[in-house]
Amino acid sequence: MPKDSGIGASSKRREDVRFLTGAGNYTDDINIHGQAYVHFLRSDVAHGRIVSIDTAAASAMPGVVRIFTGADFEGVGGLPCGWQVTDRHGQPMAEPGHPVLAQGKVRHVGDPIAAVVADTAEQARDAAEAIGVEIEELPAVVDMKAALAGDAARVHDDLPSNLCYDWGFVEENKAAVDAAFDTAAHVTTLELVNNRLVANPMEPRVAIGDYARATGESTLYTTSQNPHVIRLLMGAFVLGIPEHKLRVVAPDVGGGFGSKIFHYAEEAFCTFAAKAINRPVKWTSSRSEAFMSDAHGRDHVTRIELALDADNNFTAIRTETLANMGAYLSTFAPSVPTWLHGTLMAGNYKTPLIYVNVKAVFTNTVPVDAYRGAGRPEATFQLERVIDKAARELGVDPIALRRQNFVTEFPYQTPVAVVYDTGDYNATMDKLEEIADIAGFAARRAASEAKGKLRGLGVNCYIEACGIAPSNLVGQLGARAGLYDAATVRVNATGSISVMVGAHSHGQGHETAFPQVVAEMLGIDESMIEIVHGDSSKIPFGMGTYGSRSLAVCGSAMVRATEKIINKAKKIAAHLMEASEADIELKGGQFTVAGTDKSVAWGDVTLAAYVPHNYPLEDIEPGLEETAFYDPSNFTYPAGAYACEVEVDPETGKVTVERFSAADDFGNIVNPMIVSGQVHGGLGQGIGQALLENCAYDPETGQLLSASYMDYAMPRADDVPFYAVDHSCATPCTHNPLGVKGCGEAGAIGSPPAVVNAVIDALQSGGKTVAHIDMPVSPSRVWAAMNG
Amino acid sequence: MYNFEFERPGSVAEAVAALASEGAQALGGGQTLIPTLKQRLAAPEKLVSLGGIAEMKGVCVNDDGSVSVGGGTPHAEVARAAAAHYPALAALAGGIGDPAVRNRGTIGGSLANNDPSACYPAAALGSGATIVTDRREIAADDYFQGLFTTALEEGEIITGVRFPVPEAANYQKFVQPASRFALVGVFVAKYADGVRVAVTGASEDGVFRWSEAEAALNQSFTPAALTDLAVDPDGMIGDLHGSKPYRAHLVNVMTRRAVQAAS
Ligand SMILES: Cc1cc2nc3c(=O)[nH]c(=O)nc-3n(C[C@H](O)[C@H](O)[C@H](O)COP(=O)(O)OP(=O)(O)OC[C@H]3O[C@@H](n4cnc5c(N)ncnc54)[C@H](O)[C@@H]3O)c2cc1C
Repeated sequence: MPKDSGIGASSKRREDVRFLTGAGNYTDDINIHGQAYVHFLRSDVAHGRIVSIDTAAASAMPGVVRIFTGADFEGVGGLPCGWQVTDRHGQPMAEPGHPVLAQGKVRHVGDPIAAVVADTAEQARDAAEAIGVEIEELPAVVDMKAALAGDAARVHDDLPSNLCYDWGFVEENKAAVDAAFDTAAHVTTLELVNNRLVANPMEPRVAIGDYARATGESTLYTTSQNPHVIRLLMGAFVLGIPEHKLRVVAPDVGGGFGSKIFHYAEEAFCTFAAKAINRPVKWTSSRSEAFMSDAHGRDHVTRIELALDADNNFTAIRTETLANMGAYLSTFAPSVPTWLHGTLMAGNYKTPLIYVNVKAVFTNTVPVDAYRGAGRPEATFQLERVIDKAARELGVDPIALRRQNFVTEFPYQTPVAVVYDTGDYNATMDKLEEIADIAGFAARRAASEAKGKLRGLGVNCYIEACGIAPSNLVGQLGARAGLYDAATVRVNATGSISVMVGAHSHGQGHETAFPQVVAEMLGIDESMIEIVHGDSSKIPFGMGTYGSRSLAVCGSAMVRATEKIINKAKKIAAHLMEASEADIELKGGQFTVAGTDKSVAWGDVTLAAYVPHNYPLEDIEPGLEETAFYDPSNFTYPAGAYACEVEVDPETGKVTVERFSAADDFGNIVNPMIVSGQVHGGLGQGIGQALLENCAYDPETGQLLSASYMDYAMPRADDVPFYAVDHSCATPCTHNPLGVKGCGEAGAIGSPPAVVNAVIDALQSGGKTVAHIDMPVSPSRVWAAMNG
Repeated sequence: MYNFEFERPGSVAEAVAALASEGAQALGGGQTLIPTLKQRLAAPEKLVSLGGIAEMKGVCVNDDGSVSVGGGTPHAEVARAAAAHYPALAALAGGIGDPAVRNRGTIGGSLANNDPSACYPAAALGSGATIVTDRREIAADDYFQGLFTTALEEGEIITGVRFPVPEAANYQKFVQPASRFALVGVFVAKYADGVRVAVTGASEDGVFRWSEAEAALNQSFTPAALTDLAVDPDGMIGDLHGSKPYRAHLVNVMTRRAVQAAS
C-alpha cells in the first residue's frame, strides 16, 4: 500500500498551486517604490580593446539618471572565483580578473561595457544606443586547440597564454597507466565533443539592488539558487559589505539548472548602483541577453582510451580533455572539468588504473560553468561511449561487458580518490532489462524495419557524486567555501512548524518533500509544516541548491534539528506527565509513557514550551526552536542503468526517440512522484543535449550563432517519448540520516550516451559501422555519417 | 521597440492612403514584424494594421474553380476553410508554427516577407498562384525575387492570393529543429498542363522551381522518376542545421515523398 503522507508518499506539490495559477512571486514581480532601471550596453564583438567610451550625448537623454562604465568600478573588487585548481606541477591555476564592467578590453560578445540607469527601461535602452564606443577589434580566440597554439591571441594580456591549468589526476598513477596500455590485449580509442549548452531556465535572470541610507543596509533581490553564497561572494569579495548590512533574497525562481548558482556582474552592479544613486535599481534580462550572459555548460573536447585484457576486463583508462572556461572564470568553473569530472571516471566499473588530463582554456566566449550534472555528464558520456565502442570492436554484448566489469563490493575505493559507500549495479541493470523490455527489442526492430526505418538500442550506466560535499575534502581540493548546510526548525506555540532551510527550491519541490520528513519524524500532519527559504535574513545560513545536495545535505541538517526538537519536547512531556524522560515515546503526534496509558499531545507540549506555567524552567529554556548544521562525511553515489530505443529514417537521418527507460538507485525516496518528475526533467535535458541543443560560435568572428530559439533547439514535448522510470532498487546511503542520495541530475547525466549508443546501433543494423557521431546528433550529422 | 504611430483602417483604400506617408509600414499578424520591432531592428514611423479590413479576409472558391485567400487571412483559417477545396494548401497552413502563430500570422504577411524558409512561398510558386495587390496582379513566377525580396512596391498591399486547384498536390516539410520553419520544404502540384515543383528552405536565393524534377514528373508522376535527379549543392544554404549537400539531398527526398503522398 503506498503511503498517503510522510516519507514515501507521493504528496501533491503544494507550491504548484501558486506556480500554476500565476500567484508566484518571482524577482521580476518585485517592484520597489522609486526604482530605476538599468540597461547594459554589451559588446557586439568577441575580442577588442576599448579605445574610448563617449557617454556625453547619452547622459543628456530623457530619464537618464547616471551612466556607469568600468572606470566607476576601479577600486571595487572583481567577481571572485570560488575554486582554485592546482595543476600537474603543483602550481595554482591562472586566475585573471573579472571586472563588473569591462575595463580596457571586451572579451566576449555580451561582455558589459557600460550600464545606463534611467527612470524607465526603455529610456535606459534608448540612451545606451547613444553611447559612442570605439573598439579596436582583436582576433577572436574561439577554438580551444587554436587557443593553445603559441601564436594565438591572448584573451588576458596579463597571462602568459590562454591556458588556465593543465591538470593531471591521479598524477602519481600516470606511469602505471601508461604501462597498462603498453601491455593491454585490446585498446579502444574515441575522440568526442561534449557540446556546449545554454541552460535556458524558463525565467531569465533578474536583479534588484536596494539601499537604505538610514541604516546603511543593502538588499539584493536576485534569481539565485543560493542567496547566502551570493551574500558571501558579493559582500566579502566585490563590494565589501559586511553580512549584517547585506541581505540577499531569492524569492520564487523559475528554474536554474546550475546557471543561477554563480555570482554575476549584474547582481553586483545593481547593489553598487543602488547605493551610488540612492535609488533601487532593477535589471531584467531579455532572453537574448540570457544567451550571451548566463554561464554556459559543458564544452569539452576529449580523447579517451580504454585498455582491456584478454578476458575483456577493463585494465586502464586514459583521457585527455580540453575544457572551455570561456572568457572569465565563473564562480565554480574550474571545479567542473576537474573534481566533478575526473573523480567520476571510474564509473560503475572496477578499472584499477585511471589517468585523467584536463587542460582548461580561456576563449572569447561566454564563461562556462556548472550545468545540471556538471562534469559528471562529461565523464559518463565518454566512458559509456568508449565501452560501447569496445563492445562493438570485440563483438561482445554491451550489457554483458558492463556487468563483467561492475564494482560489486562496497565500500569501493576507486583509483580516482572517491569511495563509493554502497550500490548494486547488477540490480539496476536487471531492473532496466525488465522495464525496457530488452527481450522484446528484436521484434520492435523488425517492426521498424518493415516501415523502412532503422531501429537501435543503446544502454549505459552512470554514477554520480552528489550530496556535495564534505567540507574538509573539498577544501583540500581547492574549494574556497564549505559545503555543509543548515536548518532551523521553529516549532510555534500551537504546534505548527516553520523550517528555515539553506537549500533553495526553484522547481525541485522542497516545500512539499521537506515537510514530509519532519511530519514522519513527529507523527503530525504535513500541512502543519512550512518551509522557509531564499532569504538570508530569515534563514540561519545555507550553501544552496545544486549538485543534487538539498535533501542529502540540508535535509540531514533538518533531521538533526528535528531530533533536537524531539529531545527537548520529550523533556517537556516528561515534566507534564511526571514521568522519566527515558520512558517517553513519541508516536503519531502523541507523547506516551512506556507501560502506562498516560499521554500528552504534540500541541500540549508545544504550548507548554511557549506558555511555561507548568514547565521545568530550572532545567530547560522555554521555546522550541533548534538549529543544526550538517556537513556530510562523504559524497552520495546515485547510480543506475538507462536504455534508449531510437528509430532512424535512413533517407533523412532524422532520429526519433521511441522508448526511454531509466532504472535508478537513489537510496531512500521521500516523494516518489517528485523523484519521477526530476528524472523526467533530466531525461528531457539529456535527450535535448544528445539530439538538439547546440551552442555554436562562429570560429572566425566569435559571434554566437545560436543566439535565439530560432537556432538553439530546445527539446519540446513531442521530441521525447513517454518514459519508463523506476527507482525501486534502493541501497540507502550509509552516511546520512535519511539514507538518501539525490536525484536532481541523474536524468541529465545518464541519458546522452544511451541516445548516441542507440543511434550507432541503428546505423550498424543498417549495415553502416560508424565509430561516433558528435552531439547533437542532428539529421544532417547522421546523414553525413551514413554517407561518409 | 521605438515609438510609432498606429492606424487601423477598415478598407484597402484607406490602408493604401495610410501607407502613402513616409516611413509607414503594413502590419499583418505581426509574427515577423513585432519581434523585429522588439529587437529594435526596424523603426517604422507608422504601423498600418491590416487586421481590421474585412475584405482581405477569408477563403472562397471562384467560378473557374480556383481558390482565393484574402491577404489578411490567418493560417489557421486557411487550414480550416481551404481543407475541402485545396487540401494540400490547407495542410501546409496547418503545419506553420504553433497555434498562436497560426491564429495571428497571415498569408499576405508571409508572402510579403518571403523568408527563405517559409512555407507559403512554396505553395504559391508550386501552384502558379496569382498574388493580388491593391494595384495589380502578379504571377508567382514573377513575384519571388530572392531572399526577403519580392516584386512588391513601396506601400503595396497583398489583398489576396488566387490558387488554381491542381489534380493532385502535396507539401512535405522537413523541419529545422530549432525554429521548425522548413529546413527543406517541397510543394508538388500536378495540373492538367504540367507538374510544378517548388522548393523552400534550401536555396540561398529563396524559393525556387526545380525544373528538372518537373520535366521528369511530366513524363511519369512517380517517385521513381526522380531517383537519378539531384540539385546542385552549390547555391544551397549551409548552416548550423544542415550542410549544403544535405539540403540538396533533402530536396530530392522531400520531392519524392510529396509525389508519393500526392499520387
Ligand atoms: C514561432 C514562429 C514560428 C513560425 N513558423 C513558421 C513556419 O513553420 N512556416 C512559415 O512559413 N512561417 C512561420 N512563421 C512565420 C509566420 O508564418 C508569420 O505569420 C509570417 O512570416 C508573417 O506573417 P504576418 O501576418 O505575421 O506578417 P507581419 O509580421 O505582420 O509582417 C511581415 C512583413 O510583411 C508585411 N506585410 C504584412 N501583411 C502584408 C500584406 N497583406 N501586404 C503587404 N505586406 C504585408 C509587413 O509590413 C512586414 O514587412 C513562424 C513565426 C513564428 C513567430
